[in-house]
Amino acid sequence: MLAIYKRELRSCFQSMTGPVFVAFLIAFTGIYFMAYNMMSGYPYFSYTLSGSLIVFIVGIPLITMRSFSEERRNKTDQMLLTAPISLPKVVLGKYLAMVTVIAIPNVIFCIFPLIIKSQGTAYLTVDYISIGVFFLLGCVYAAIGMFLSSLTESQIIAFISTFGLLLVLYLWDGILSMLPGSAMSGLVGVLILITVAAFYVWHMTENLVLSGGIEIVGAAVSIAVYVIRSEVYENLLSNLLGRLALANVFTGITSNNIVDVTGIALYLSIIAVFVFLTVQAIQKRRWS
Amino acid sequence: MIEVRNLVKKYGDHLAVDHLDFKIEAGRIYGFLGPNGAGKSTTMNIMTGYLGATEGEVLIDGHDILREPEEAKRHIGYLPEQPPLYMDMTVREYLEFAAELKGLRKKQRSGEIEEVEKLVKIKDVEHRLIKNLSKGYRQRVGLAQAVLGFPEIIILDEPSVGLDPKQIIEIRELIRKLAKNHTVILSSHILAEVREVCDYIMIISKGKLVASDTPENLERMLGQNNIVEIETKTSPAEVRRILKNVPGIEMIETQPEENGIIKGSIREKKGEDIRESVFRAFASAGIPLLTLKVSGTSLEDVFMELTQRDALPSAFAKNTGWKELIPEEDEAVGTAEDGHAPDDPAEKAEKTDTEDIAETGEEADRDAGDI
Repeated sequence: MLAIYKRELRSCFQSMTGPVFVAFLIAFTGIYFMAYNMMSGYPYFSYTLSGSLIVFIVGIPLITMRSFSEERRNKTDQMLLTAPISLPKVVLGKYLAMVTVIAIPNVIFCIFPLIIKSQGTAYLTVDYISIGVFFLLGCVYAAIGMFLSSLTESQIIAFISTFGLLLVLYLWDGILSMLPGSAMSGLVGVLILITVAAFYVWHMTENLVLSGGIEIVGAAVSIAVYVIRSEVYENLLSNLLGRLALANVFTGITSNNIVDVTGIALYLSIIAVFVFLTVQAIQKRRWS
Repeated sequence: MIEVRNLVKKYGDHLAVDHLDFKIEAGRIYGFLGPNGAGKSTTMNIMTGYLGATEGEVLIDGHDILREPEEAKRHIGYLPEQPPLYMDMTVREYLEFAAELKGLRKKQRSGEIEEVEKLVKIKDVEHRLIKNLSKGYRQRVGLAQAVLGFPEIIILDEPSVGLDPKQIIEIRELIRKLAKNHTVILSSHILAEVREVCDYIMIISKGKLVASDTPENLERMLGQNNIVEIETKTSPAEVRRILKNVPGIEMIETQPEENGIIKGSIREKKGEDIRESVFRAFASAGIPLLTLKVSGTSLEDVFMELTQRDALPSAFAKNTGWKELIPEEDEAVGTAEDGHAPDDPAEKAEKTDTEDIAETGEEADRDAGDI
């Protein structure tokens, strides 16, 4: 695992992606810092960070796009998969290297609140927590990007699909407000979600009984719940899918100074899920 | 050492590997031989744990490649068809990465890397970026990666593809050197190479193992009766007329060449030597013989025979020794040479013929490059 981690990190800095990502993120944050904190005298660095979020959405796909797609195109994955090392370790090694790259600008960000403090009042706790959550959000995005990279052979497709998905997640609140709130539409939404899940299971396992079972049981339970207590479905979709607006946990800190601990748990579990899915996606390719 | 049991690999409806069964003993050089798309690479990919099999199992030193992958993979060094190289690394960096990946101890690493670099002769390029190396050097770096750590089994998928003749010779020497302490399995579609390097040949066609034996035995299996080749200046009908009364001839084929020369191949009956009577026959007819020579069945014929036909010659049916089945074998050869098996529909025969030609052309190209 250490071997893969080291190689990945080195290759990230030998190619342009790593330095470009770090430089771009710091330059952008510097401009916001200048505008908000220095010129306007706003004492929270966290607010500045929320402006840099959009750079993450462009920058993270840049780091993650090569991770597995390039290995597959150059057939170097044959070397990794035939080496005496388990697949989860390969995936983790790569993921940790990306996390390290994301951590570099965040470590540098830690200087900014001190600059504010040297000029007057600073709110160090909020600022450092927001940097931590910002970093964690970057890790979530990286996990998603890595998963998408493992699905394709083309870096470009990996980049565009990751960028698109992250942009949708970024704009999720706006999209969500357009969803209907009635109980009936809630039921329809849940049925669609169950179908998508069943289709995914079928796609992964090609087991009709299992996926069909998930679909039928899921549909029966949700319809039964609808018949007995239809009020459960009211606004269910926006509540359920509202969780997907991942950046909300971060913006909650930056704009309201509220730290949502469940949100951090959500981040960690999403990371775990996507690392797991990446392993499964690679495993599946070996068997198909 | 390696045991492959009932291996099946399906890609959708396509059967890439069809119930393969074989054992590999320590200390020999094994050659997988088969036309392109026969399933050689797929088999190797499954044996090394890169791909999963649809059915069956692979045991490496008693460790199942799927159940105890790490233990099993420790015994294998693998050079895939396309060497798995990271273009942005130098040779040295790459080998250090490979050594660490294989779990070599830190103290051993630099010593082993030095040794391998000397073995495959890449010491002088060790500080160059892999992307700036030529194909031959890249292949050697790939080989170095496979050999690194000196695993007991070294699997090489078409190791000499894309190399120049000198490099091919060097790589063959290297394989022989490695075989002194390792079991080497290599695949190739070049007959000459396999015959020269390997102790044991496994011919794979359409995902099936159609024959496995030493090169000498394989040649013997098909070739009990010799073919006498002649060149003469007359018409084909005349050749047949002259040879009609010569005893010991099984079959005659003629083919017109340039300048009115006729090339004929005469198949002898077993145990006969017809050269002298052929000479006398032509001499008494007053027609000059330009060439008269014996050409035995070569491994090439065995290969063609086994990989081009839909049905297997009965001698190669599993678990049968070649000795008992020679008479039937003769029949099979006869029909193949005729190009029209008595029961075959004309269509099928035609198809086989065209395939024959295409394949022969390709092989000829390859071999030319080889020489």
